Amino acid sequence: MSFTAIFFFVAIVGLTLVITWWASKRTSSASDFYTAGGGLTGWQNGMAIAGDYLSAASFLGIAGSIALFGFDGFFFSIGYLVAYLVVLYIVAEPLRNLGRFTLADMITARFDKAKVRGTAALSTITIVLFYMIAQLVGAGALIQLLLGIEYWMAVLLVGVMMTIYVLFGGMTATSWVQIIKAALLMLGTVIISFLVLAKFDFSIAQMFTQMTTVTEHGEAYLNPGLRYTNGIDTISMLMALVLGTAGLPHILMRFFTVKDAQTARSSVIWATWIVGIFYVLTIFLGFGAAAFVGSEKIIAANPAGNMAAPLLAQALGGDILFSFVCAVAFATILAVVAGLVLSGASALSHDIYGQIIKKGKVTEQEAVKAARIGSIIISVVSILLALGAQTLNVAFLVSLAFCIAASANLPVIIYTIYWKRFNTSGAVTAMLTGLISALILVAVSPNVWNPVEGKAIFVGEPLIMLTNPALISVPLGFLGGFIGTLISKERNDLKYREVEVKAQTGISVQDISH
Amino acid sequence: MGNKQKPIIDYERIASQQSFRQLARKKNSFLWSITAIFLVLYMLLPILTSFTEILHQKAIGDITWVWLYSAGLFVMTWGLAHFYVARANKYDAEAKSIIAEYEGGRSK
Repeated sequence: MSFTAIFFFVAIVGLTLVITWWASKRTSSASDFYTAGGGLTGWQNGMAIAGDYLSAASFLGIAGSIALFGFDGFFFSIGYLVAYLVVLYIVAEPLRNLGRFTLADMITARFDKAKVRGTAALSTITIVLFYMIAQLVGAGALIQLLLGIEYWMAVLLVGVMMTIYVLFGGMTATSWVQIIKAALLMLGTVIISFLVLAKFDFSIAQMFTQMTTVTEHGEAYLNPGLRYTNGIDTISMLMALVLGTAGLPHILMRFFTVKDAQTARSSVIWATWIVGIFYVLTIFLGFGAAAFVGSEKIIAANPAGNMAAPLLAQALGGDILFSFVCAVAFATILAVVAGLVLSGASALSHDIYGQIIKKGKVTEQEAVKAARIGSIIISVVSILLALGAQTLNVAFLVSLAFCIAASANLPVIIYTIYWKRFNTSGAVTAMLTGLISALILVAVSPNVWNPVEGKAIFVGEPLIMLTNPALISVPLGFLGGFIGTLISKERNDLKYREVEVKAQTGISVQDISH
Repeated sequence: MGNKQKPIIDYERIASQQSFRQLARKKNSFLWSITAIFLVLYMLLPILTSFTEILHQKAIGDITWVWLYSAGLFVMTWGLAHFYVARANKYDAEAKSIIAEYEGGRSK
């Protein structure tokens, strides 16, 4: 490892630790810990949402995917971005108006039952763990390549860093790590894109023309179909991407860090621009890597294509840019896993321990202590799982997390806000049907079963051909909630009135004037 | 946060105000119709690319239609995000007057 690389890594570790130290002095209550006291501004939260959302799968995965498969890689960029319209139009403001720390808080604002809260916490923790394993395993492999250290050391390095941020600095530290990461990621991406564009004489048309000849795919490179040949599967995957974001616990949690619906709104606008510009630039990263690194070298470094962006940085900007981009990738991973730990801890410590076991009777000190213990538990469990999953192909877990979020969380969120007849039994069945059907369908899918050894986790024929079951499991989640509601006689129109007024006007958050 | 005594809010009363019912109906029909539109335009992309060749044709130079359709989805996202904010600001003003109406009625 070069001196520049060490310099950038140490700078990022040092800077984030200083932030954590600064944030730790501002973290004394449970509200500080989970939501940074609700005091973030629109642009701060917008940057943090982008930092939370743009995972290594986005930065390294999409760049690699476009480099190797042309347009098919770009599907992700489109889905991940349009998803923000679902967040903005349907979820963000009612969530801010109804909730406090967690998704379960928002649902129990209408159905105050332990079983509803418990199910919501279960679904949150499941999503967090799946997403986290994918991130940590990816991070381990990546840092192993970047720093030349062993896999277990790499996982521990990331694991310890994320635990420190969350444990001492709570949401304040996590948010600022995410803000800085978003700024660094944008800077790195803009520099590389500029260099790529310069190579094509700043002509987009010329870039596309050259891309028809530089890869072994010829003109097909610019059209869909190189990677996704099963139409129904492609549709299913794109559905998971667009609907999943609005159910991802670590993204939803970000809306509790702002004071009201107006700020929640402006933070989504900021996030939409940052995330959107980033996803446009993934085209330059991908095309650039295909043209100036070449698929052979990309696959040789990592079969999934994850090294495409760093290798492109090396080809265009030498050792300094390569080191910088590697450090940015490291910061990217840290920011995402820290957000995941925090949302997992909120479900474990606030929902399960504080509200269900202790029935809400915890002092401020106990709540903060529980939050810290919860963070350690979530961190340790995910580090152990990641260490055990080293040799498994777990990249599909990210899209599985989106699928569970879309199937288990989105239906219950929508019903809670918009459906008067909805009730406790419906809330539980909506979440359980979505969660269980997504898990079972993935367990029998080609991600897990493949006749060729080493291609999936087990050797054998998959029962369904969908790699992402959202097309089936999302409707099942909605249907489960619908049937569960109708078979129970419970109905509380008065409570719904309250939820409706709160969601639409934000009256409980804004405080009435006298 | 939450320490000071909040007055008890009569949600039922706000919810049955004519002005509130109007706002809720207007807002929900706006939100869901736009959501339906962008979801259809978005899901049309994989449907068209998987089952037809329409978007595989060249549009500008070597740039195929599929890229232009995708660019359209990006522009749509930014455009609808700002459209939402413009509408939501109007709804905020209405929500404020609904609360004022409620407070006015209560103090009588």
